[in-house]
Amino acid sequence: MKFNINGKTHDAEVDVRTSLLDLCREHLGLTGSKKGCDHGQCGACTMLVDGRRINSCLTLAVMHEDSEIVTIEGLGQVGDLHPMQDAFVRHDGYQCGYCTPGQICSAVGMLGEVEKGWPSHASADLTAVELSDAEISERMSGNLCRCAAYPNIVDAIREVAGKGDRQPVLEAAREIGA
Amino acid sequence: MLDAIFGQGDRNSLTMDKPHPDSLLDTSVQGVISRPLDRVDGPFKVSGTATYAAEYQIDNLAHGVLVGAKIGHGTVTAIDASAVKAMPGVIDVITDYDTFIRNPQQGGETTAPTQGVKEVGYFGQIVAIVLAESFEVARDAAQRLHIEYDYAAGAYDFDANRDQSETPPASQIPAHYTQGNVDKAMTQAPVTVEATYVTPSQNSAAMEPHASIAVWNDDALTLYGSYQMPTSDAQQLAKSLGISEKKVRIIARYIGGGFGSKLGIAPESVAAAIAAKRLGRPVKAVMARTQVFDATVRRSNTEQRLRLAAGKDGKLTAIGHDSLTSNLPGEDYFEPVGIGTHFLYRGENRSITHDMVPLNLLLSGSMRAPGEAVGMIGLECAMDELAEKLGFDPIDLRKANDIDADPEKDIPFSSRQLSRALQVGAEKFGWDQRNPRPAQRREGEWLIGMGVASAARSNMLQQSSAKVEIHADGSATVSSAMTDIGTGSYTILAQIAGEILGIPVEKIRMSLGDTNDPPAAGSGGSWGATSAGSAVYLACELLRDKLAKAMDVDPGELTLKDGQAIGANRSVPLGELVGQGMEATGEIKPGKMEKAMTQASYGAHFAEVAVNAVTGEVRVRRMLGVFAAGRVLNAKTARSQCLGGMTFGIGAALTEDLIHDQRNGKLVNRDLAEYHVPVNADVPQLEVHFLDERDIYANPIHAKGIGELGISGAAPAVANAVYNACGVRVREFPITCDKLLDGLPAL
Repeated sequence: MKFNINGKTHDAEVDVRTSLLDLCREHLGLTGSKKGCDHGQCGACTMLVDGRRINSCLTLAVMHEDSEIVTIEGLGQVGDLHPMQDAFVRHDGYQCGYCTPGQICSAVGMLGEVEKGWPSHASADLTAVELSDAEISERMSGNLCRCAAYPNIVDAIREVAGKGDRQPVLEAAREIGA
Repeated sequence: MLDAIFGQGDRNSLTMDKPHPDSLLDTSVQGVISRPLDRVDGPFKVSGTATYAAEYQIDNLAHGVLVGAKIGHGTVTAIDASAVKAMPGVIDVITDYDTFIRNPQQGGETTAPTQGVKEVGYFGQIVAIVLAESFEVARDAAQRLHIEYDYAAGAYDFDANRDQSETPPASQIPAHYTQGNVDKAMTQAPVTVEATYVTPSQNSAAMEPHASIAVWNDDALTLYGSYQMPTSDAQQLAKSLGISEKKVRIIARYIGGGFGSKLGIAPESVAAAIAAKRLGRPVKAVMARTQVFDATVRRSNTEQRLRLAAGKDGKLTAIGHDSLTSNLPGEDYFEPVGIGTHFLYRGENRSITHDMVPLNLLLSGSMRAPGEAVGMIGLECAMDELAEKLGFDPIDLRKANDIDADPEKDIPFSSRQLSRALQVGAEKFGWDQRNPRPAQRREGEWLIGMGVASAARSNMLQQSSAKVEIHADGSATVSSAMTDIGTGSYTILAQIAGEILGIPVEKIRMSLGDTNDPPAAGSGGSWGATSAGSAVYLACELLRDKLAKAMDVDPGELTLKDGQAIGANRSVPLGELVGQGMEATGEIKPGKMEKAMTQASYGAHFAEVAVNAVTGEVRVRRMLGVFAAGRVLNAKTARSQCLGGMTFGIGAALTEDLIHDQRNGKLVNRDLAEYHVPVNADVPQLEVHFLDERDIYANPIHAKGIGELGISGAAPAVANAVYNACGVRVREFPITCDKLLDGLPAL
């Protein structure tokens, strides 16, 4: 079968039971997408499929021959990072890094949803969505981070979305003269 | 115990027998230490190019899926593999009744854990591994594998078995400690509190499941594993397999979180190693998330009886903190619930005891801040109750009980800013807005309250070594079997080396997580940064002396900055001074300072919560922590550690609850949908502040542990805020809405 991943065509022979996540991790050497639960509960496997974020552990590879798939490797690489990847580094939006590729793909997909005006549980007005911190947190709650970089993830996404740049770490550093 | 593998040679060793008042980190001029630099490993993590255990590309790999027992206690009588072996793609079904490990090992042990899997001690215990050409086939076969058992009666119910409790042997602290007479003090004091707090089993739930790839080269094993302490893990693995520890190499470059669950080896490591040996090809074994819950390690449930006696002036005359926890029969690790209680507050009469109920539930072991994380819940909620009885502000009560010497061992504290942290936090948080009477502040259907708790976490130093090389091009390499589990080790160690050697951080190559490099204690107990950091410091100190000699100046006259050695009116590039290269190994060992001073880091947690008056739902609206942990090595990564700890506290207070089926010990909620770790929407924009501090008794870098300080006291701050919001004191954690509903004030 042929798969279009990160703008390249990949050939692979897969079991009908192979998830899109395992196709990438076990067959194509694309290990950037992570397996945290294999049950769609943690979001570490989040990829962009035809522009939408999905849990790639919950979909079968054989369903995606005609899909346009973007994984973390396709967003940007060392030396040429996507603005969201760069913001995660500067805001320390991660610690161990294992949920991070999923968080970043999810954040990129999420901003697309907001742009389309899709409301969420946190939206005060269902017809005019304003990207508040509460909106970001709500919409990113499908991506668990046990290290709990959540406040920094929100800071990173808010900055990329052009909704203001807060640098609480600089304040904390100033207090100890660092 | 580690001496044998630490070796001798040209090295700079230091045993902390004396204070170390001067630190090169204060006199060096590179200006990188403490600064909030971005993580040096960051670009790899955000681009998906950091390689975790299961991600090494290795030819001819067989996929292994582990199989867990489906009984809670008994014996495996037969494994009928014939049917699954006939499945296309299945290579083999392997078990080794004697060698497979029954229980994971505790961190830092250098012996094999309990082995032998014919006997089943708990539900889900790993008994076999199915090997196949693909993951899908191995998973299918593992689910179909037929295993027969003899069932035995088991002990699964904590309450029903409490009369079986035993006193475990001493570990970090004695199991039982008494001073004076708490019973008598309780009868004599004008104000007392006696209350029992209960906390459930918890799971570390690191995002990366435990994983091992085992590769044999003749009789030598390389294991790509997700392990926090590779040096001692390799020893555990060697002992388990009955081979020389020189023949085991563990590689753990990136670790997707640990929080204690990856301190010692887990079943997948030995299973992968044995299977790879038998098959004569590399084997990958990744635990399923349910298996991580079932068969790695939990934090024990606790029952804590708190007794506080105080005078009208608020000064404690007695503290009783008697706890009951649980572990597998034959395992002597106990959750050191009272570890922080030993040194936090005054009180001449003291009883701090730990007893344990043997149960057929998965192993209890260390999870982030073993002891303080749950022990501070009992102590700090009881302090809140005492403050109310006395009519004291909770902060004033804590200040009244702050002390300047250890209350049990007539020795001073190495550094301690408890009262200042409370004071600074109170100002920044707006504590004066708190109404001392509960359930007074309403916003619509929400009741709003504030809570406070002290933070304290004992400080440890562990024997560790590191090698630093300066290369002919002026760059440097730092190598050590230390790990970075998300804590920031890669970055802070580069900052220490860069600061002392005057080399820009971007010119320092880091090599961590490989037992071929100098041995280290790894990551755990918040000792990682200070132990490995001191080893790097000592290596750099020796290199500095060598550079001074090469410059022909006194070390005190040498300045190292931006790759130049400056002294005696000359400025020479480092590359020119080191010839073909210059290296040194540093080694730190704990010494007399450990016993001469009580060492701990301190802080204060503040929380504001909203409790829904209709549903009992609790939302954390604000949380602020002030922390003093010696020198902050990187303000960015240190702050992130605190955010993580505080969030663990939110989980412990409100949602995390590992539930065991009392009929067979099986975990009822063994996945991330049912075991509720905090999600983004549960966590507000937490605020973290540091107090400037140096601890000259702790180590030459003057830092103390910070990774666990942020959790120690976080949960009781939230719990005390819930009480202040709605007037319901829940003593059985987590505080879920069902426990609040009956007591909520009328609408």
